[in-house]
Amino acid sequence: MMKKSLLSGNEAVAEAALDSGVSIGTGYPGTPSTEILEHFAEIGGKAQWSPNEKVALEVGVGAAYGKARAIVTMKHVGLNVAADPFFTVAYTGVDGGLVIVSADDPGMSSSQNEQDNRHLAEAAEIPMLEPSDSQEAYDFTVKAFELSEKWKIPVLLRLTTRVCHSKTIVNKTLKPSKGYSDFEFVRDLRGKVMIPSNARPAHVRLREKIAKLAEFNEESIFNRVENGTKDIGIITSGISYQYAKEAEPDAGFLKLGMTYPLPLKMIRDFSSKYKRCIVIEEGDPYLFNLIMAAGIKVEGKHDIFRLGELNQKRIRKILDGDNTPEEKMPVGKAPQLCPGCPHKTVYEVLKKLGCTVPGDIGCYSLGTLPPYEAMDTLLCMGAGITAGLGLRHILPEEKAMKVVSVIGDSTFIHSGITGLVDMVYNRPPTGHVVVILDNSTTAMTGLQEHPASGSDIRRNPAYKVKIEDVAKAIGIENVDVIDMMKNPDDVEKLIVKRLSEKKTSVIIARRPCILSVKLKNKCA
Amino acid sequence: MNDTINIIIAGIGGQGVIKASDILSEAAFEAGYDVKKSEIHGMSQRGGSVTSDVRFGKKVFSPTIQPGEADFLLVLAADQVDNNLFLLKKSGCLITPEKLKDVKLSEPKSINTALLGVLSSKIEIPENFWEAAIMKLLPGKLSQTNIDAFKLGRNTK
Repeated sequence: MMKKSLLSGNEAVAEAALDSGVSIGTGYPGTPSTEILEHFAEIGGKAQWSPNEKVALEVGVGAAYGKARAIVTMKHVGLNVAADPFFTVAYTGVDGGLVIVSADDPGMSSSQNEQDNRHLAEAAEIPMLEPSDSQEAYDFTVKAFELSEKWKIPVLLRLTTRVCHSKTIVNKTLKPSKGYSDFEFVRDLRGKVMIPSNARPAHVRLREKIAKLAEFNEESIFNRVENGTKDIGIITSGISYQYAKEAEPDAGFLKLGMTYPLPLKMIRDFSSKYKRCIVIEEGDPYLFNLIMAAGIKVEGKHDIFRLGELNQKRIRKILDGDNTPEEKMPVGKAPQLCPGCPHKTVYEVLKKLGCTVPGDIGCYSLGTLPPYEAMDTLLCMGAGITAGLGLRHILPEEKAMKVVSVIGDSTFIHSGITGLVDMVYNRPPTGHVVVILDNSTTAMTGLQEHPASGSDIRRNPAYKVKIEDVAKAIGIENVDVIDMMKNPDDVEKLIVKRLSEKKTSVIIARRPCILSVKLKNKCA
Repeated sequence: MNDTINIIIAGIGGQGVIKASDILSEAAFEAGYDVKKSEIHGMSQRGGSVTSDVRFGKKVFSPTIQPGEADFLLVLAADQVDNNLFLLKKSGCLITPEKLKDVKLSEPKSINTALLGVLSSKIEIPENFWEAAIMKLLPGKLSQTNIDAFKLGRNTK
C-alpha cells in the first residue's frame, strides 16, 4: 500500500505528473499555480520556467507532437497569453499526452481579474477536468494524461485557488514512472500544418472527437451521483462540491469532474429525480448556461454570487434564495513594499516629479498604495510600456513628457520586449521613458528565477539574457543602468534628464530583491 | 460534521503562520484524523495580514472556516487580534502572545511553535505526533529550539 500524505493540490498535480512519466514541465510563475512546477522540479521532474505562457505551451505542444508527455502550468490570465496555441492545438491534437493546467483565482487573492477559464475549454473545444481536492488533483492528473493520449487531444486541468493551496490527504496510487524514451515525430502534413485547407477538415474532426468524448463522459469515472435523503438535487463541480456538502449534506449530489464536454444525459436524468434541482458553481454560470441551453430545467444563483469565492455560508444563502447584501469582513493589514525594497526610491522620485506612471504586474504594483501612490495604471503583463506609448501618442506635449512606464525584470522578459520594439518603430513624437525595476527575480510569486536572472528553476547557473543588451539591440537611444545599491540619488537626476530629451530611453534600476538576498544567504 | 475542530492561525506575513498551520495539520494527520488546511498565498507575504485555516475530524469537506465558526483562534501578533476576532465562535478559545507573558523563549521567532504548545494542551492530539511534526517541518538545528518552545507553551497554565 502506498503511504498517504498531506499535500496541496499543486503538489499533488506535480506528484501525479512525475508518476505519469512526464518528460517535460513548462510554465510561467503566477499565483495560485506556481508551486506545481516548483514541486515537480524539486522531486526530480524535468521542469523549466518559460519566458511566458505562450512559449511554455508551445514547447509543451512540440514535446507532445513528439509522443512525449508534457505538463504546462499557468495562472488563469496566463491562458490568455497562451490562447493562440491553445485554440489551434485542439485542431492538430497531439501524439503524446499534453495537460495544460489553468489555476483560476476567484476572489482575486492575487490577480487583476477573476475570469472563469471554464469558458476557454468550451471555446477552444478542449476537454476539461475539475478536481475538488488534492486526492482528485492527483487522480485527475494521472487520468488526464491517459485521456490525452487515448483521444489525441490536449486536456485542460482547471484548478482554483482553494484547490491549489489547500492541503488535504492524498493516497498516491502510482509509483514514480521512469518515463518513456521511444519518442519520434511522425510527419502528418494535413494533421499538423494548419493552413486553411487543412484546418477546415481538422475542425470537423475536432467536432466529431468532442461528440464522442461527450458520449464517453456519460459513463466516465470523473462524475458521480450521491443519493440524498432530501428532495433537493445539487449539480456541482470543483471546490464548490466541498462547500455544498457542508452546507446541505442531505441533498442529492451530481458531482461533475469532467465539465467539458458535459454528460448532458446524466444531468437530465439526475435533474428529473428531484423536485428542486440547483446548480452550485463558483464564478460564472458556466454549467447553468450549458445545462439550460440543453433544455434541462435547473435553478441557478443570483448575480451577487458570481463575484468572489463561494463558501458554505454563501451556498446556504443561495439555497435559501437569500440575496440580501452580504456583511463586509474586517480588513487586515494590507501588503506593502518590504522595508529596504530597492523599488521605493524610484516611486519616491516619480511621485515628486508628478509623473503619469503606467505600471505593470509584480511586487512593484504595491507602489500604487500609500505612501507612494505613484503608479497610475495596471492592466496586464507588459501593458506598462505599451499603454505608456498610447498616452505619449495622444497627450499634449507637455503632459506626454511626464509619462514614465515602469515594469519589472521578469515581466519585461514575459511581455515587455515587443513593447520596446513598438517604442522604436512607432516612436511617439516625445520619445518615451521606461524604467525597468530590476530586482533580478520574479519576486511577487515567491522568488522564481527567469531568463534574465542567471539561474534556472533549480537555482543552478543558466544563460543570462542581459536586459541592457536587448534594449540596445532593439535600438533604444539611451540605455542606462543604475545600481540602486550604490547610486540611489542618481535616479532622480537621470529621470529628469531623460524626461527632457524627447528620446527613447530605458533606465534599468537594478538591485537584487532583499528577500532573494535573504534566501541566498539561508541556502549558502 | 459536528465533530470537526476548526482552528485559525493569524498573524503577519513572515511570522510563521503557515509553518504553524503546517505543523498542526501534519500532527492531526499523523494522529489519524481527516485534515484540510487552507490559506491564501501571494500578496500577503509582503508584510500583510495572513490567516490559515485548519480543520480536522472524522470527515472534513470544506477547507475553509467561516466567520464565527473557529473553535480556536491563535494570533501570533498582538496587533492582529482585533481584526480577526470575528472569526472566533462565541464559545471559542482565543490564544495570543499574552498567554506567554511569563515564558522566556530562547528564540523569539519560535512564538508560533510556543503558541501551538498552548493549543496542544486543549485538543486531542498526542504529544509525540506534535514533536514528530515539528522535526519534520523544522529540520536541523531549528528542531530542538522549537520543541523546547512548544513544551514551554504546552506547560503554560
